[in-house]
Amino acid sequence: MIKVALKGLAGRKLRAALTAVAIVLGVAMISGTYVLTDTIQSAFGAVFTTVYKHTDAIVTGNSAIGRNNNSPTLPPSFSESLLGKVQKLPGVEEAQGGIADYAYLVGRDGKVISGHGAPPLAFSVHPHGDQRFNPLELTSGTWPAGPHQVDIDAHTASKDNYKVGETIGVVARGAEQTYTIVGIVQIGGVSSLGGATMTIFDFPTAQKVFHKQGRLDSISIAAKPGTTPAELVHEIKPLLPAIAQVQTGQAKAQQATKDTGGFLSIIRDFLLAFAGVALFVGTFVIANTLSITIAQRTRELATLRTLGATRRQVLGSVLVEAFAIGALASVAGLFLGLGLAKLLNKLFVSLGIDLPQAGTVFATRTIVVSLLLGTFVTVIAAMRPAIRATRVPPIAAVREGAVLPESRFARFSAVTALLTIGGAIALMLLGLFVGNLSTTNRLLAIGVGAAAVFVGVAMLAKTLVPPLASVLGWPGRRYGGAAGNLARANAMRNPQRTASTASALMIGLALVTLVSVLAAGLKARFEGAVNAVFRADYALTATDNFSPIPVAPANALSKVGGVTIVSGVRGGEGRAFGSRINLTGVPGDISKVIFVDWAEGSQAIPSKLGWNGAFVSKDYATAQHLAVGSPLDVETPTGGRLHLLLRGIFAPPKGGSPYGDVTISARRFDAAFQNPQNIYAFVDMHGGVTAANTARLTAALKSFPEAKIATESQFKHNQEQGIDTLLNLLYVLLSLSVVISLFGIVNTLVLTVFERTRELGMLRAVGMTRPQVRRMIFGESIVTALIGASLALPVGIVLAFMVGRAIKYAAFTLPWGQLVAFVFAAVIVGLLAAILPARRAARLNVLEALQYE
Amino acid sequence: MALREQPDVSAPAGIAVEARDITRRYGEGQTAVDALRGVELEVTSGELVAVMGPSGSGKSTLMHILAGLDKPTSGTVSIAGTEITTLSDSKLTRLRRDHIGFVFQFFNLLPMLDAEENVVLPLTISGEKPDRAWLDSLLQQMGLGDRRRHRPSELSGGQQQRVAIARALVTRPTILFADEPTGNLDSKTGGEILDLLRASTDAYGQTTVMVTHEARAAAIADRILFLADGLIVKELRSATPADVLAVMSGLQ
Repeated sequence: MIKVALKGLAGRKLRAALTAVAIVLGVAMISGTYVLTDTIQSAFGAVFTTVYKHTDAIVTGNSAIGRNNNSPTLPPSFSESLLGKVQKLPGVEEAQGGIADYAYLVGRDGKVISGHGAPPLAFSVHPHGDQRFNPLELTSGTWPAGPHQVDIDAHTASKDNYKVGETIGVVARGAEQTYTIVGIVQIGGVSSLGGATMTIFDFPTAQKVFHKQGRLDSISIAAKPGTTPAELVHEIKPLLPAIAQVQTGQAKAQQATKDTGGFLSIIRDFLLAFAGVALFVGTFVIANTLSITIAQRTRELATLRTLGATRRQVLGSVLVEAFAIGALASVAGLFLGLGLAKLLNKLFVSLGIDLPQAGTVFATRTIVVSLLLGTFVTVIAAMRPAIRATRVPPIAAVREGAVLPESRFARFSAVTALLTIGGAIALMLLGLFVGNLSTTNRLLAIGVGAAAVFVGVAMLAKTLVPPLASVLGWPGRRYGGAAGNLARANAMRNPQRTASTASALMIGLALVTLVSVLAAGLKARFEGAVNAVFRADYALTATDNFSPIPVAPANALSKVGGVTIVSGVRGGEGRAFGSRINLTGVPGDISKVIFVDWAEGSQAIPSKLGWNGAFVSKDYATAQHLAVGSPLDVETPTGGRLHLLLRGIFAPPKGGSPYGDVTISARRFDAAFQNPQNIYAFVDMHGGVTAANTARLTAALKSFPEAKIATESQFKHNQEQGIDTLLNLLYVLLSLSVVISLFGIVNTLVLTVFERTRELGMLRAVGMTRPQVRRMIFGESIVTALIGASLALPVGIVLAFMVGRAIKYAAFTLPWGQLVAFVFAAVIVGLLAAILPARRAARLNVLEALQYE
Repeated sequence: MALREQPDVSAPAGIAVEARDITRRYGEGQTAVDALRGVELEVTSGELVAVMGPSGSGKSTLMHILAGLDKPTSGTVSIAGTEITTLSDSKLTRLRRDHIGFVFQFFNLLPMLDAEENVVLPLTISGEKPDRAWLDSLLQQMGLGDRRRHRPSELSGGQQQRVAIARALVTRPTILFADEPTGNLDSKTGGEILDLLRASTDAYGQTTVMVTHEARAAAIADRILFLADGLIVKELRSATPADVLAVMSGLQ
């Protein structure tokens, strides 16, 4: 039997290949994701191992409120006096202090050189000291020495064509300064860490530009022979202040690798989720393709039964066939993934996320997971058609036009579908709205619920196809003549088949609709919030729209003639009631530029905060049971404790709060934080927004290229760019699912053309022209795609509504333009899918087609 | 619609189909098979011609070539005065649409269309409106008056073939080709179908060429051509089934 199954497969190569495409693409996404993230991870691991090779132990700053990998905030620096104490320890042979901070390089065009989302790293070196701790290697030139020299990274140097001897602008804490490039460096053998720019100063210069005189960010230590790194760490530990920690070099390298691993695993899981969606769509395509081929092989299967094959053997033969297709497709997908990894990397680079890569890593896990999952999914998808195949009666072998018997459950399908949808939505609501669920369970409930919604709608689709096809095929019927009319009739002819084909497309399009509606809602809420809050003429933000900016640019703007107010919101992290909070600091005049509603207190609260006053958001007050007058203790990263008194409670607009959980006075904030930075600042001028005022402010920012001013509408637009970038990324990743469903339509049409060979022959014989045949197939394809779209839009909108209610930050707004664009996209999918089948149908030899059995 | 207005006035009047020295060879070299080896044929308007012959005699090939579904290796075929062996696919399609009707052994109806829609399909394809009176009388003639809205799956084999004949006649083709029209029917139903074909020639003057291997079917024809090994070997006019069987047994 197995032999028969495999021989049958070999005899239907095109059909097998078409079935396989869905799995190949899904598996390629999985394999590509693993290859990409493994490769990046290994590149990072190699870099960090090299960097800490000669460091036996390293002392670094330690935030008193704990580490947070997702925060760009640097750990606090510690007193330089620690270095002397460490050097005197008996086990220490050599110890060297270092500075690590952020500094922007400024290009020849006066703009900040983008690190593509990676931080603009800055390091110190000791040009005349011991180089064993130096993480960098010179590729040309020398180490920087003195206050006017820097080295830059080889990636930036080659990308923007900088050479030793040229000058370059650097922005550290204050205004832009010009330095001479005296060397080009790389780190751990790579030219850049994920596109991050690097600026290298000599040690005293670094301390000066980062305002860290008398302070250090790290001490690198080499042990005397005979002292192990562990013993060294043990010796150093008692000397450390609370804001410093010590690790062996090896432990530090591992930790750094693990930190990037944490970031990478988020990317990996994110991509795998889309691979999962793609495979899910793939199962629809496979199940449908196999159903059709089995229906077409009814007579062949019946013949097998008359020859004595048992039902079990028929089931086995179909599953063996599916297993073979799944296994071959998974192997193909596995290797296609190698190419896809490069493509994914390009995608991330184009969206500004540049990740380092070295040799491609093709792990055993990648192979095992890809092959198992691809094969498993195919076999699972084949189960239903395989069981149907067993119901073919032997008599069908001798009967003209025998059809596959209907499933026993077919007549309950609409009820089952509605029950499935109901259950699925209940599961999603559980995941979205029920409190105290772990994140994993929550995501699981939402994910499984959404998948079940799709399955339910796909089941219901069979019932919806005839009316939908009737309506959607109307233009074709009205204007497409006989071809249009037949196309519409063909689409309605086998509702189950059209429904399954359209459902595969429905999934991808519904998810696209979901994210687009959510994004529109987020934007609408955000704009509403800005409209409510923004009371200034201009906002001052980082050029990249999201990084915190030093206080210096705001100070520079306050000296511009005509400026009446410059008021910035400081941002940082703290800890209160045992958990991490966003802490903001505001000057007394902030209420003149930012308006919020007050649940307790008034717009005057910010000006009355004093040294100990604080205000919190309403949600935070509710969560922590705070009332005006409540004491509130906040711990800062440097270990300080702020004993505060609650003065007011504000009610932020739904689209986002201008302030953090807890807000204190800017004066208190600046005293508590080593390097206070503004999230944004707001500016009022005589005359308001005018071209002249804009020009004056812009001129004042000339030496602060990391900052820019924006009017209210520009500010909104800038802040929404992040949403748009994410949206585009999601569209691209979801397009894979749409492409798979496109192949699903191709499959169905090719098989249908094949099945209707004799009928097509007859149509040609009675006078249908080739263009009419093509139009008929294109029409059927477009109607199918439109059915997919008309299922997808409502499903996507309902899902978006539910998710939007759960996350609260999204209003419910329909992006009509985009929704219309998705319908057009469906038409294009239909057109593309029909090209091959239409050509095959039009090229049929009339005589052979008529004699076709 | 150029072709419809084009029938060559210089063509001999009353000749619907004319075939001159047709040969058809399948394959090449040693394995080549000569299905037709020089067939001469004329079908006069209003005539019902049956083509008979044992399996492999070339009768199906002859019909396919006459209907423009296949091309001869040599020789010419003209329908309504138009030489068809050199026509392009699109011109041939037009010609089929306007001048040829087909009846198949397996009916070949579209399952999602009802009986009437199937009947008017050739007109729908060419974008023409059916002549209601003609359609009604045709359906009546075929005994389908009360079956107009039935799908093929709701019709018996005989009824399906009647739909197929009506579909072939609806365009009033210059010539109707019927390929084993009773081959898939029981003898009673087959007889009814044969009566209908005879009646359509008598009532409408429908020129018809029917390929069959049934003596009973051939016997309704005005003229019977016997084919053997790719050549017309005998011709009978108005024969009885017994005459036909006698000739056939001589051929085998």
